[in-house]
Amino acid sequence: MEEKDAGEKKAPAKEEKPQAKGLLKKEREFVVPGDKIVDSMEFLPGKNCFRDGNSIYAKKIGIVSVNGRVVSAIALNSVYDPKTDDMVIGEVTEIRDNGWVVDIKSPYHALLPLSQVGEYVDPARGDMARIYNIGDMLYCRVSQVTTAKRIDVSMLDRRTRKFHGGRILEVNPAKVPRIIGKLGSMINMIKDKTGCITIAGQNGLIWLMGEKPVQDLAIKAIRTIEKESHKDGLTNRIGEMLDKAGGAGKPAAKAEPAKTEPAKAPEKEEKK
Amino acid sequence: MIMQSEYIMNLASKGLRIDNRKPEDFREIKLEKGVTGNAEGSARIRMGKTEIMVGIKMGVGVPFPDSLDKGVLIVGAEFSPIASPSFEKGPPREEAIELARVIDRGIRESKAIDLENLCIKKGEKVWMVFIDIHILNHDGNLIDAAGLASIQALLDAKMPEYIEKEEKVNYEKRTKPFPVKFKPVPVTVVKMGESFFIDPSLEEENALGARFTITTMDNGNICAMQKGGVEALKIEEIDRIFDLAVRKAGELRKLLK
Repeated sequence: MEEKDAGEKKAPAKEEKPQAKGLLKKEREFVVPGDKIVDSMEFLPGKNCFRDGNSIYAKKIGIVSVNGRVVSAIALNSVYDPKTDDMVIGEVTEIRDNGWVVDIKSPYHALLPLSQVGEYVDPARGDMARIYNIGDMLYCRVSQVTTAKRIDVSMLDRRTRKFHGGRILEVNPAKVPRIIGKLGSMINMIKDKTGCITIAGQNGLIWLMGEKPVQDLAIKAIRTIEKESHKDGLTNRIGEMLDKAGGAGKPAAKAEPAKTEPAKAPEKEEKK
Repeated sequence: MIMQSEYIMNLASKGLRIDNRKPEDFREIKLEKGVTGNAEGSARIRMGKTEIMVGIKMGVGVPFPDSLDKGVLIVGAEFSPIASPSFEKGPPREEAIELARVIDRGIRESKAIDLENLCIKKGEKVWMVFIDIHILNHDGNLIDAAGLASIQALLDAKMPEYIEKEEKVNYEKRTKPFPVKFKPVPVTVVKMGESFFIDPSLEEENALGARFTITTMDNGNICAMQKGGVEALKIEEIDRIFDLAVRKAGELRKLLK
């Protein structure tokens, strides 16, 4: 038995050597599009990478990540690539007879079909603009993405809503996971410590509502996260930063109750 | 985004701006000269996130039939698609033509360049001056940024040598400084509700009611004006904008090297 175990342990060690041979870049090394990362068939191209002949190249500016036999690049900057079940913020740009066209800041526009709205709408009576008009900002769920990049969004979700007032902040979509944090830890902290009502869409749009100084504090925190997303212990540092600037948090607490009402529903949103 | 514009207008009614600037504050301006070797003169400006590069190129050509003893000045603006999602490839569109014409008007009408000096042989050969404006990133207030960078590029320019015998321009030998007499500087003031702001960002430009550009010379004389936006302006408001533009143009002129 012991001999067998030893043999098994040896085997993976042997495999690792030829793997490392083909690897031209180190883990966490910086790459630009077209950089050759691997020069062998031992690896598989992962996210933001592609294979050409024997080699694997980077598709985006980013950092190399090797996970077993899969090589991928973690993008430092990117446009939003829609995925099913993402919660996104979009603007209604067009009303058609089968639904609303929503601009979700991706290379493709999304369609919100009539069937994905929680009430009966009769387009013949021309009351579609009453439900969602051009210029309305929606927090919606990506319900379907086809390979041809036809994107459907849905309002049939408890988290979805239409925004009234407030402002929109644009951030780099690649940094949104850091801004939201694990199980929403980061964004909930920003909400609690500043008192600014904040909703982040996966597509890099963030909706903020609160008094101006409170909003500015939240924006400062978000911009810091965006800039320093690669550093460790970010949550604690942002927490300290917000505590230091705590003076601005107080007027927020006053301002909040008046405006909480429309924001009650999406409290549980950014779990993703 | 309509919602964002409404928010900005709402702030403007209290005299506030979305990025916490004061109404009469510019964003951070960085002005460099001599950024390319191939052009006779060049400059790059960064105004917040707006980034513009201007190059001056000179050549010898035939004058226009209505001004036989004058050199030729041509201003072109290139809005490259990398600068903004709203810019497309292809022939210049309304904004690009407007930008080039406002800059052209400022330089031409101020007589900053003495075009008669650029005549080599009347009716046959004159110097042609090309001012090429390249937008590298668009975050509002392109006119002010491009205007300032154009003057900086002209100040940076050196005349190449013209070899009479061979009828050739020797670009290797650039010695004589290009004669620039005045420094016309455009300043754009936007009207948002009842507030007047300078240096609008792209978000503010999308929300503005009216915009008014005044190009003034060193002595405060007006040499070009341009109005944009849907709202109208009263005469008192234009007076106010003029005072502001002259004052701010003086500040910008100090940045020129």
